[in-house]
Amino acid sequence: MSSSDGILVVMEQTRGAWHKMSWETLAGAQQLGGGMPVTAAVLGHDVGALAAELGGKQIAKAIAVDHALLASYTADACTAALTQLVAAVQPALVLLPHTYQVRDFAPKLATRAGRVLVSDVIRIEAAGDGFVFVRQLFQGKLNGDFRAAGAGPHFASVQAGAYRVDTLAAGSAPVETFAPALDAAQIRARVEEPFRESARAVDLTAAELIVSVGRGIKGRENIGMVEALAQALGAELAASRPICDNGWLPMERQVGSSGQTVSPKVYFAVGISGAIQHQVGMKGAKTVVAINKDPNAPIFEIADYGLVGDLFEIVPALTEEIKKHK
Amino acid sequence: MKVIVAIKQVPSRDSRLRVDGSGRWIDPTDLTAEINEPDAYALEEALQWKEKHGGEVVVLCAGPAGATQTIRDALAKGADRALHIEEENLTAYDSLRLAELLAAAIRAEQPDLVLTGLQSDDLGYGQTGVILAELLGMPHGTIIMQTEKTAAGIRVKRELEDGWFQFVELPLPALLTIQSGINKLRYSTLMGIKKAKSKEIKALTPAALGVTPGGAAPLEKLYAPQRGKQSRLIEGDARKQAAELVEILKHEVRAI
Repeated sequence: MSSSDGILVVMEQTRGAWHKMSWETLAGAQQLGGGMPVTAAVLGHDVGALAAELGGKQIAKAIAVDHALLASYTADACTAALTQLVAAVQPALVLLPHTYQVRDFAPKLATRAGRVLVSDVIRIEAAGDGFVFVRQLFQGKLNGDFRAAGAGPHFASVQAGAYRVDTLAAGSAPVETFAPALDAAQIRARVEEPFRESARAVDLTAAELIVSVGRGIKGRENIGMVEALAQALGAELAASRPICDNGWLPMERQVGSSGQTVSPKVYFAVGISGAIQHQVGMKGAKTVVAINKDPNAPIFEIADYGLVGDLFEIVPALTEEIKKHK
Repeated sequence: MKVIVAIKQVPSRDSRLRVDGSGRWIDPTDLTAEINEPDAYALEEALQWKEKHGGEVVVLCAGPAGATQTIRDALAKGADRALHIEEENLTAYDSLRLAELLAAAIRAEQPDLVLTGLQSDDLGYGQTGVILAELLGMPHGTIIMQTEKTAAGIRVKRELEDGWFQFVELPLPALLTIQSGINKLRYSTLMGIKKAKSKEIKALTPAALGVTPGGAAPLEKLYAPQRGKQSRLIEGDARKQAAELVEILKHEVRAI
């Protein structure tokens, strides 16, 4: 099944449900393609139906990588299966969505191939005999170009939101099954069933207005000030990860890749720099208002309204002003 | 039980960054440095393992001479000794080369457990730990929120996306990448700071470890991102900003 010079996209599914970033990555591969054939693969056990769905996209081939030992994810089985798949397909580029699962195995996969994974990329350009990958550094404050030249396979994982799912082109492609040779003795991890900590007492996903607080608030004793703003607005209170890590607000109020994904009418980001892990959870907001002292904070890239200044002055003034108008 | 914890020194979080003359890294002038945040939690987890199960905590740090400050802090918190791979220009190494550098130093120590933060605040590759595990032939767990010793090895709680978790048991030796918030960080005591002065920091060089800079996909160019969306800036003093925003929220956004 050799398709030299093509792109291999490794899609992610859990118990038969797609990870939506997989489709973004596939859309990226289609755009980059420009004549390069795109092969899309899905790993698991009994994933024929998912592979058939892939066959309905504008790609050269869909592959079901099927094995009983791929039923539950382990880095060892996944790496072994994909090592064999990459050897069979011989792509110039392997693209993966930058999910938590990909972060767990893709560096291992690339290392086993003696290659380098360029992780969490926001843009890919074909350049000469290789690729230029653009990724963010310093929590989104700067961008960096990474050039991977020469013979493939090159490996890259694609950041959430880098490509739009709605640009994904439909088509009709043949579907194949690939049966990797796996041995239970290769799998060193003994995995238990995934679980959720507890039923969520706070559902931020339905909130119309959210006031979210980040590191800029400096201390637990200042949270009350932001809470007062939320109360005046009739908004839900939320937070970025460090606030919950410190125990200043409960984990269930966390917005971001490890917390909730919200899409309110207005999202107030108070003292939040806007690292990608946070943006993933809130960029579906219709309107974003950012209050931050650093004019270069990445949050201003997705904010509709920006208030650069001292949140300890702005937040109380805003609370007072809102109370006047209600 | 010997635990190696790989830590990195990075610019402080609220630093204003400027690209240097080479166009490949930031100008270090006027920048203060600190331990990479997730690495601080990895160090704390290592110290707690030693307290519970005995043994030794060895700090491993690749970085410039100035990283000694971060290494001393780790020793003051309770690490027993340190390995410092002295390299002024870490960005000349791609992620694989950098991990090869660390792996060469770790191999000689034959640890039972290797811990590191899940990603760095500067380069943010988020893959050094996993590459290390593959190079060292160890099983690994990523984004770990809890660890416990078991008869068979170690049982860890992995953070998955969207509020999901999973327990995984691994045989030792193993490598874990630690998530911020896994534990409560300690402060160094005066006694600890005093003791740290006599603790060993062994200097290593890339040449002695047999690793050269470069690699297949190094950083070629560093630059400020182009703004995708122009936010409308609301200016003035706090009172004026607040008043204007409320007008917008009422009449344009219609949210209040």
